[in-house]
Amino acid sequence: MIELKNVCKHYKVAKRSSGLSEAVKSLFRREYTSIQALDNISFTVRDGEAVGYIGPNGAGKSSTIKIMSGILTPDSGTCFINGRVPWRDRTAHVQEIGVVFGQRSQLWWDVPVADSFDLLRDIYRVDGSAYRRTLGRLTELLDLGELLRTPARQLSLGQRMRCEIAASLLHEPKILFLDEPTIGLDAVSKAAVRSFIRAVNKEQGTTVLLTTHDMQDIEALTERILLIGKGRILLDGTLDELKRRRPSQRKLTVAYNGDKLPAIEGLSILKDEHSRAELLLDTELLSVSEAIARISAQAEIKDVSVAGESVEELVVSLYREYRI
Amino acid sequence: MKLYGKYLAMLLKSQLTYKASFVMTAVGQFFVSFTAFLGVFFLFSRFHEVEGFIFAEVLLCFSIILAAFSLAECFARGFDVFPRLIRTGDLDRILLRPRNVVFQVLTSNMDFTRLGRLLQAGLMLAYALPVSGIVWTADKLFGLGMMLLGGTATFIALFILYAGISFFTIDGIEFMNIFTDGAREFGKYPFSIYGEGVLKLLTYVIPLALFQYYPLLYLIGRSDDIRLLFLPLAGFVFLLPCYAVFRLGLRKYKSTGS
Repeated sequence: MIELKNVCKHYKVAKRSSGLSEAVKSLFRREYTSIQALDNISFTVRDGEAVGYIGPNGAGKSSTIKIMSGILTPDSGTCFINGRVPWRDRTAHVQEIGVVFGQRSQLWWDVPVADSFDLLRDIYRVDGSAYRRTLGRLTELLDLGELLRTPARQLSLGQRMRCEIAASLLHEPKILFLDEPTIGLDAVSKAAVRSFIRAVNKEQGTTVLLTTHDMQDIEALTERILLIGKGRILLDGTLDELKRRRPSQRKLTVAYNGDKLPAIEGLSILKDEHSRAELLLDTELLSVSEAIARISAQAEIKDVSVAGESVEELVVSLYREYRI
Repeated sequence: MKLYGKYLAMLLKSQLTYKASFVMTAVGQFFVSFTAFLGVFFLFSRFHEVEGFIFAEVLLCFSIILAAFSLAECFARGFDVFPRLIRTGDLDRILLRPRNVVFQVLTSNMDFTRLGRLLQAGLMLAYALPVSGIVWTADKLFGLGMMLLGGTATFIALFILYAGISFFTIDGIEFMNIFTDGAREFGKYPFSIYGEGVLKLLTYVIPLALFQYYPLLYLIGRSDDIRLLFLPLAGFVFLLPCYAVFRLGLRKYKSTGS
């Protein structure tokens, strides 16, 4: 059970203009600007839930994860995880969580992965039979067999990520935090990582909280979404609810054979030159597929793209809605 | 302790992955301090004594400080490269593991190539012991051991202090090197040769002279106050304030995340 109530966090950032004289000046007197990283964050995650934590860069995702894993102390507000305050009771707390940072490694670089795992077993005080059982299961699910004998530095990114995730699950944590676990992976590796995280969540009942920029991660892994922007929770609900919040206006970009598009009912033409047109569409009046059908009745379509589909654009439109 | 052994084995394995690099660095370390030895050697071939200390006595002093420094650097290297741990985020990983932070920093990095320097120190010591003219009675051997232990503790404390300060300022900590690498270089000679002021500083503020100059006086027979042999223990006491600075820094780190 994860409970955050009114968590606030601000950072002081040294302000400095470029240039040598400014650099010298900053030696003696520094000006700081205050950045509100988290502004009254509250949410609860029940045991066994899988939650996607999304938002643009700098929205406060990592700060939240750091607070929940006990690395960072908030300015105000409370945070209880399995009844503990993470930063007060560090050792007991981290024994029960696993954390994967997509961009950082926790494996020892020059030794075979199995050696790293072995050391982690001792660090977390996992007893022999439990360790063998867990390792056996992880090896099978993540297809680690050969990889265990390879030094971490020789693994591909996808292979390494599989090992990283296994490494953070060796002590069978109750909660797993994943910070962009699929970043930089190819489609096959992404699929493998996703199906594994799903299995851990469903079969072991491990609570999973992951941050990502990949909408497919969210669709594949989580029922619930927390959307954060500029330090505030903008939305806490299911994926469907999120989709319903999408703006009804979409921009279509069409490449076609011909000179000029004729006026089409339900679509307003924003720009039309060199056989490329940008059209504005209101999905409440006309569906995307219907619109494409109407265009193709008028011209031969070579290519078409629909904007307003990504999480980022959704967040931008929510910003507008919340006037942040 | 068993875990410490495991970490040790792991780091040794890692460093031996690049065998050629390991050997060359160790040999390099040996020769770097060997040139320092040559410096002392040529100086004494001209002047025969410095402030009343003869060659073998200075060599004794030099080998002890070098050995203490190498041991500290070998085992507390994690604190020596601490700013790097902060920058790369490895410190976050340390905080995510259910073990003592100091223990984990100690085990995050050990530099076995420093043993090359330790070997140099050992050779000098082996040479200086018989030619120094000191009669090695039990109390003097005990004093020698105390100097080594106390020196290692003092240097480890300085590394911890360095790490603690680096929480507050990453750029401004070069001055700390005066007391680590600097002390190793200046410490070739008994600290008294640098004058009253320096000796006082290194007695009352940073206890470098307590494991080097004062016990040396007893060893070479300039003083027969046996209490001097216990002064190196100050190095262990010095660990406490240094650790306090480190804790303070860690608390600041946890509240600012940088």
